[in-house]
Order: sequence, then C-alpha cells, then structure tokens
Amino acid sequence: MIWTNSRKFAAGLAIATALSTTAIALPAQAATLRMAWSQDATGLDPHTQTAFSSLRLLELIYEPLVRLDTELNIVPAIASSWEFSADAKTLTFTLDPEASFSDGTKVTPADVKASFERVLDEATAAAARSNFLSIASIDTPDDATVVFNLSTADVPILAAMANINAAIVPGSAIAAGSIGTTALGSGPFVLDSWEPNAREVLSANPAWAGGDLAIDGINVTVLPDESAILASLRAGQIDFALINDPLIATLVPNEANLQLNRVGGLAYNVLQLNPSRPPMDNLKVRQAMSCAINRQEIIDAALVGEGVVTGPMTVPAFAQDPDTLFCYEQDVDRARALMEEAGMAEGFSATVIAATGEPPVAAAEAQVLQAQLAEIGVTLEIEMMELNVYVDTWLKGDFDMAVAQNGGRPDPYPMYNRYFTKDGNLLGVSNFVDDTLDSLMKQGQAETDPAKRVEIFHQFESHLAEQAPWLWLSTSFTYTAQLKTVTGFEPSPTGTLFGLTKVAIQ
Amino acid sequence: MHYLARRLLTFPLILLGVSVLVFVSIRLIPGDAITAMLGTEAGMLTPDQRASLAVYFGIDQPVWSQYLRWLGGLFQGDLGVSTIYARPVFSIILERFPLTLELALLAMLIALCVGIPLGVLAATRNGRPSDLGVRLLAMLGQSTPSFVLGILIIFVLSVFFGVVPAMGMFTPLWQDPLANLSQLIFPAITLGFAFAASVTRISRSAMLDVLSEDYVRTARSKGVPALSVVWHHALPNALIPVVTLSGVEFGYLLGGAVIVEQIFALPGLGRLVLDAISQRDYALVQGCVLFIAFNFLVVNLLVDLAYAALDPRIRLGGR
Repeated sequence: MIWTNSRKFAAGLAIATALSTTAIALPAQAATLRMAWSQDATGLDPHTQTAFSSLRLLELIYEPLVRLDTELNIVPAIASSWEFSADAKTLTFTLDPEASFSDGTKVTPADVKASFERVLDEATAAAARSNFLSIASIDTPDDATVVFNLSTADVPILAAMANINAAIVPGSAIAAGSIGTTALGSGPFVLDSWEPNAREVLSANPAWAGGDLAIDGINVTVLPDESAILASLRAGQIDFALINDPLIATLVPNEANLQLNRVGGLAYNVLQLNPSRPPMDNLKVRQAMSCAINRQEIIDAALVGEGVVTGPMTVPAFAQDPDTLFCYEQDVDRARALMEEAGMAEGFSATVIAATGEPPVAAAEAQVLQAQLAEIGVTLEIEMMELNVYVDTWLKGDFDMAVAQNGGRPDPYPMYNRYFTKDGNLLGVSNFVDDTLDSLMKQGQAETDPAKRVEIFHQFESHLAEQAPWLWLSTSFTYTAQLKTVTGFEPSPTGTLFGLTKVAIQ
Repeated sequence: MHYLARRLLTFPLILLGVSVLVFVSIRLIPGDAITAMLGTEAGMLTPDQRASLAVYFGIDQPVWSQYLRWLGGLFQGDLGVSTIYARPVFSIILERFPLTLELALLAMLIALCVGIPLGVLAATRNGRPSDLGVRLLAMLGQSTPSFVLGILIIFVLSVFFGVVPAMGMFTPLWQDPLANLSQLIFPAITLGFAFAASVTRISRSAMLDVLSEDYVRTARSKGVPALSVVWHHALPNALIPVVTLSGVEFGYLLGGAVIVEQIFALPGLGRLVLDAISQRDYALVQGCVLFIAFNFLVVNLLVDLAYAALDPRIRLGGR
C-alpha cells in the first residue's frame, strides 16, 4: 500500500503512541501491589487493637522486639538477640542498631521501656497486658540493651512479645498522645492514608532495618463481599487478596491466572460445653458427647473439606496425633453406654449459640453437630446471634454450649492459661477448674528446657481431651490468593501478611 | 407559601423525635463499642481498663446525659466525633453523600426512562401480548432481590468478559466522568431494575384509570389525535402515583442502598451506616440517621409540591 491514507496513518500513529506509553508506564504501575480484603482495620493503636483485620494492617507498619517466622520460631525484629537468665527471671535484649522509625529517628531502649509501660498501664486498656504481668521492672543500661526483670520465671513471655500487641512505638508519640491517630512505626511500610472501611495506601519504608522491598507500596481496597474479591482477582484488577470464606477459597484454583496460598492456622473450631450447668457438669455426659461426634464428617459437611482434625494443641511443635487422644474415633456405642452410666439414657435438650457469619461456617457446623448428637438423644437448639451479641453472651459464659472459633497462640501457655487455670481471666467463659491442668500450666510456664516443655504440654493436652470441657474439632486454614504475576509471598500459620515484604511483581 | 412554612416548621420536631428513637434503639442493641473493637479479647480487660475505654468511647455517662450532650452539640452544628474515623461526623457524611446521591439519581433516571414508557405502552395495549410481556418483565424485576442481580452482573462480567466495575473507590463526576460512570453504572442498573419494575406497574395501572376518565373521552370525541390524548391529556395525571412512588423510593435510596453498596464495595452512605452500627460508632450512626431522615423530609416536601404542578385540581395553599 503506497497510497497510505493520511488519516489511517495518523490513527495508527496515535494507537502506537498510546501503546508505547502504556508499555513504558506499566512497570512503574506494577510496582505497587493492589490488595483487597473484606474486613478493614478498626483502629491504629497496636496496643489496643486485637481484631484480626486490625493486626493484619498494623503488622505491616509496626514491629515488636521479636517476631515469628513461618515455622513459628522466634526470630529477630527490633531486637537482634536476647537471652534468658538461668532461672528464667531476667530477659535481656540487644537492639538492632539499624532499627528506626519511619521518620528516621532511631528506636532506643527508652522507646521499648515506654511502650511496655504503656501496655502495662491500665488506662491504656491493652488487651495483651495480662501476658506481661510478670514484668517487675525494665532497665536500660546503655543505648542498645533492654533488661526485663521478672517477678516469676516466665518463659512464654518471649513468645508473647512476638505479637504486634507488644509493638514498640515511639516514646515521644506516647507522650504526645498521638498513637491511634497517626501510625509511626519501624515496620516495612508507612501508612500514607487511611479511609476506614474503604481503602489504605501504604508505601515502602526506606528506613526499615529489615532490608529493601521489591515493591513500592500497597494499595488496599476494602471489598466487603468476598465473591466480589474473587471477581476482581479474576479480572486482574487486584493482585493479592486475603480470603476468609473457605467456599470462596475452594473456587480460586479453578482459575488459570490465580494461585491460592493455603496454610494451616492456629485458630481452632470448638464446641464449648458449659461444665457449670447440668448435665454438662457430669464428666460422663461430656465424654459421651466427645465419643458421639465424628470430627472428620463435620469438616467434610460443614467446612467443605477445608480443615484438619485437631486436639487442644494447634501449634505443630506441641501437638500430638489426635488419634491418641480420648475418643477421637467416633464410637456411638460407647457414647450411649456413657450416657447410660450418667443416668441420661433418655438424653437431654440444650441450646447451642453460634455467631452469624463469624466464622462463615459456624451455622453449618452447628447443624452437623445437632444431627450427630441427636444419635445419642441430645437435642440441640441452635441460636444464631450477631457477632457483638454473641461475644457479650460468650464473655458472660451465659450458654449451655457454644460453637466458637478461638484464636490460637504460638505458645500453649498464653493460649490456654486464660481459660484453664484458677486465675485465668477467661475462667468465666470456660467455667472449668482442674488441679491437674492448673499445675501442668504452672510447670510449663517455668520450664526453660524446650523438650521438657513439649512433654508437659502433651500431658496437658491428653488430660484436657479426656476431661472434655470443650470438644475440639478442627483447625481451619488461612488463605490468601494472588495473581500468578505475584511471586515470593510466604504464608504463615498466624495469618500475618508480613510475607508481603518478600513479594515481587513480574 | 403558608403550607410550605408550616411544613418547614415541623421539620425540627420530627428530627428531634427521630434522634431520640435512634439514640435509644442503638443503645438497646446488646454489645458496646468495647466488645465491638476487642471482640472476645474484651474478656481479658480488668475493670479499670474497661472503665478507661468507656471514657474514651464516651459511654461512661448515663444515656440521658449522653443524649443531652449530643443535643447541645447539635445546636452548635456539631454532630459529634466518630470513634472509628477520629473525625467530625458531619464531614464524613458530606464525603460519602455525593456517591449515594449520584447513585440514587442514576437509578431513578434509569427507572423513569424505562418504567414510564413501558407502563404507558402496556396500558394502551391492555390485554395484548405486548402488555403481557411488559407485565411479566415487571414482575421479574420486582421479585428479583438486588443482591442476586448485583452478584450476577459481577459474575457475568468477570467470568465472560474479564472485567469488573472498579470497586472499592469513588471518583467524583467532575474529576473523571468516564471513570465515575464506569463505577456507578452497574450498581445503578442493579438498583434501577427493581425500581423500574415498580414504576412500570404503577404507571400502567394509573394510565388505565385515567384513560377511562370523562375528560379523556371528551378529548377523544373532540377528535384529538390518539397519541396526543395519551401524552398530553392523560399522562400528567397518571404521573401523580408515579411521583409518589418515586419520592418514597428516592428517599430510601438516599439513605444508601446498603446491599448494593456492600456488593459493589462503594463507599456510600449505606455502607457507612452499616459499618458504624457493627462497630458501635454511636455518634456516626446518630449523625447518619438524622441526615437520612432530613433527606426523606425534603424529598417528601418536593413530592407534595410536584403534585400541585402536575394536577391543577390540587391546591396546596387554598384549603
């Protein structure tokens, strides 16, 4: 075609220009990760926020002294090293000299001291305060060392410090009272803007001591409907998403351009019995219920197969094979016999509470339990409640039984101390006191030898399963989904998104 | 204008009533801001910790004293401060309202442009297959919940076309009209579909009534062309129930189409209220509901004024 039509040529030129500009513009755009989640953070104060959705955001902005890696080992964060004294009553940290807040000021031992004093101050209302009650005093002998003097041997305190609820915030911000309104942390990202329940803009923190990031930042969009999140991923409008609903998660692998990251979590699904109310105060009745349920069937029917049968211990390092625990194999005959021994051969009726949509499978779980327990004459009436109402009822211990999903901890002590020891502050929820459990917990707190600790908590787990105040059912998975152009993400059982620091976009 | 003045005078009284109702009802719901924020971890708080949080959330005082304090602020144009946003409630509402207003207007535009012609068409072809078709469509529109249609639209777009409406944000019309429209058109269609169905049904039955009236027969017998009879003589009167319906629907839409805003992740007024309720952000809930009630009152007033303009037989002032 020699007689090129000038208009066609101009149009072609325009398109070519447009294409080439897009091509040049693309890498710069791609360096920001577009992320979506369905629940937004509810606040910026790392010491008072405990919702999963808040922790996921704050873990990207703030840092604790130590952190957990993907295998739940304690690894350095602000502190580069640490040491317990032989009697486990003194814990000494050496801070990373590079650690600094995103405004460039260094993290000092004074900041660490001020942060822990803030957590311990009742006026702060820090929920994690109860984990740090053994702290008697904090010394700052030089500009790189922090010494915690403990009133009692407390090994699990180190794991508790690996939580963002023990984040180190600037002492100056505490004095100014600006924590909660501005987020100034030493973490990998800086919060540039936050529109609650709509979006967040994060940029890489150039002052972060943990190294360079392969992305410039993260734009978070709050998409409350998880099927809309899946649609956005499918259409390539977002790169990465946090997913809660197992049903949505099972749909991700059907898409050629998507990848599902699935990792077993620490949180556990449980049927909590209330042993202060008859007939649940009868050990034989509780054991009969434990024998009557089929845990794998609950997972298959209610959790669309997305879960693993678990005993009380969900931390891999402390868990035993569930089959070795009391009556983990369904045995309806034995259950009926136990009911008869308890004088309950004709069964009984009880109400079970469950939260609407939290977790998404709660209602289905309650229904399967209802069907299974009907086999031994236990008639369950299911009462669904809005989450806030459920939480209030649960905290008061005002239920016969409760379908619950409780968060786990990387150490068994903080995980169960609050429920099953005499001075546990959630004793009103479990309503269960047992001398053996109490003394095993105390041993586990003081023991510094890791192998002996595992042994202690194995005993604890076997005894707890046999006493059956609660019927542990399964752990669920935590999910993230991403476009295949996103590489390097490391999921963690705690659900943290800290693995985003390793992410690159191709 | 006598009428208008009287109506305007009742506004504050109604709003006061609404505020008392909201104030009491939100506090009657079990659960408070503390459990909403901490969830089950609220059980770990000591009584002193709980007390200090209650002071922070302003729920340490008895309800009546909270109400008086809030009312005092209201007279100074202060709706209080939201605890989730840590900002004045009124500025948050003003930020979210344009989206909801635009969405409501778009949905109404779709509903009227589709509903009225279809209704008139069906009425003039009463009993014929085209009438039946329109009535079926209207029935379908009214009986399909908006969340079904919304999810269906997102699903079809993402699976078959590989696109979805840009969700989770809002670009104002004056900033980028195209981006704005691409965000709002599908939610507007979702909302407008059911709305159009009601408009169709109402305008059809109103039109049928009017077409059997004496003045229409007179006009016909005078030899006025059939089209002119329908559009010039009958339609203005048939529109009165449509205006009533649209007023009520529009009032609801201004309150935020909660489900549609949720599905399409639009940061509008509806989602704002929903989030505020679930997080027990009392000041925000109160402010939003008051604002929505105010909108409703204004829309109702406009509807009444529109009656007079449409039907000369209605004289508002001259009772």
